[in-house]
Amino acid sequence: MDKKEAKRVEIINVALELFATKGFYSTTIPDIAKALNMSVGNLYNYFKSKDILAKEIIKYISHYLGNKLKEINMMPISTKEKTKKIVEVYFETAKNRPHMIDYFLRVYLSNREVFKDGCEGMICVSEFVTEIMIYFEEGVRRGELKNQDFFSAFGLFMGYLGGMVFLKGENILPKELEEYIDDISNNIYRALSAK
Amino acid sequence: MQNRRVKLLWLSAIACNGNAHSFLNYPNLEQFLKDFSFVYHPILESLYSLEDIINKQVECDILLIEGAISPEFKKANTPIINLISKYANIAKKVITIGTCATFGGIFKESGYRFTTGLHFEKEKELFLFSSLKDKTISLSGCPIHPEVLVSTLYAIKEDLELHLDRFLRPKEFYAYTIHSGCTRNEYFEYKIDNHQFGRLEGCMFYEHGCQAPFSHGSCNRILWNGVNSKTRNGEPCHGCTEPDFPKQNLFRTKKNMGVPQFLPLGVSKRAYLTLAGVTKAFKIKRLEEDLF
Ligand code: SF4
Ligand code: SF4
Repeated sequence: MDKKEAKRVEIINVALELFATKGFYSTTIPDIAKALNMSVGNLYNYFKSKDILAKEIIKYISHYLGNKLKEINMMPISTKEKTKKIVEVYFETAKNRPHMIDYFLRVYLSNREVFKDGCEGMICVSEFVTEIMIYFEEGVRRGELKNQDFFSAFGLFMGYLGGMVFLKGENILPKELEEYIDDISNNIYRALSAK
Repeated sequence: MQNRRVKLLWLSAIACNGNAHSFLNYPNLEQFLKDFSFVYHPILESLYSLEDIINKQVECDILLIEGAISPEFKKANTPIINLISKYANIAKKVITIGTCATFGGIFKESGYRFTTGLHFEKEKELFLFSSLKDKTISLSGCPIHPEVLVSTLYAIKEDLELHLDRFLRPKEFYAYTIHSGCTRNEYFEYKIDNHQFGRLEGCMFYEHGCQAPFSHGSCNRILWNGVNSKTRNGEPCHGCTEPDFPKQNLFRTKKNMGVPQFLPLGVSKRAYLTLAGVTKAFKIKRLEEDLF
């Protein structure tokens, strides 16, 4: 990674944390610049506006998770094992990089107006969604998952995981997220399975 | 064979004669018959009868085989396999006409055992007639377009080189997909099916089973009867030129959780889904409306 790219990634990470904790509208470009110890003018050299930054962040998160899922999709393992690995990756990310998941739930899904131009439909999360589709498609092709509408399966999978992370964030879950991995991946697999 | 009439022997094996009928639609038959003659043809007037070609050895330059082949199948009590060997050995070229003669096709479902094409059983290569491979050209299709047959015959007559694919089909006609040239390409690009049979709008790949993006041939480049093609007219392509023709459920796209099981030729699943995600995000008003 060259210096400019490294800086870009640093800005994205700092901004995503601020957006996720303080909210999109309450966070200003000067706040972000201050947290980075850089001038506002210099920050604009990297991102021309707050909206553009917001869109780049969601693409960055989608790329990060998409890559992890792609590795899982390439493994020579059963769909059941893949299911567990995806749940692991999601919870691991929620634990080690909680702002990423928060950003997705609290900024991207909650402020759709910011993303309407340039992030139409699922364009900005396409790397992530593509890998989920491949996981589903291959599961059905191998006779392991039941063939159904994409969104009924996607909603079941992501809604469940998002819900658990939300409960954790609200301090309602009595145990750590990773202690739920076995049960949750079993539940998901059983719900989606062809058997 | 440039300066004389080329002698054709048209042998039909386990066939519906659909290719023979399709050939009758060739508009320049008169000129064709000045350059070629049928020493034997099952439905056209020809020099010899079936009995003659079985009992005698008649001259022939090109052997045309229509229909699937089984060691059990006989013509006037003579195994078709013997007839093929007899004339293929003296012919300069052998052409398998149609998908049955090439891959087994729909007549693989016939009661005859071991029914196959001349050199292939679906994708699988066979060895019974392997010595003929060097002189064989496959023209798959159910039926084939008369123009494809006639152009191939003229290429042989004029000694022009044809480039063949791995199933021995001339690339001049089979290197393309049926999808190329369809009038519905814009709907394909923006992933709009919403097709209704008989209507001009919509692409049939997403819901209605169109197999054109992964089937080889020239249906949308060399139009049927010079005017139209199945897909332009609003009927999905059934992939009749392919080794695995016929598949089942021809009017519905087979999907796994919303992803088509068969993708456009050479396009990876990841590439397809990425592109699909982008195009599906946009609504193109013009393509949602009626054309007329
Ligand atoms: S209807 Fe078939 S041939 Fe026509 S554009 Fe769609 S996929 Fe291609
Ligand atoms: S459009 Fe498809 S099914 Fe129809 S004749 Fe052409 S290749 Fe065969």
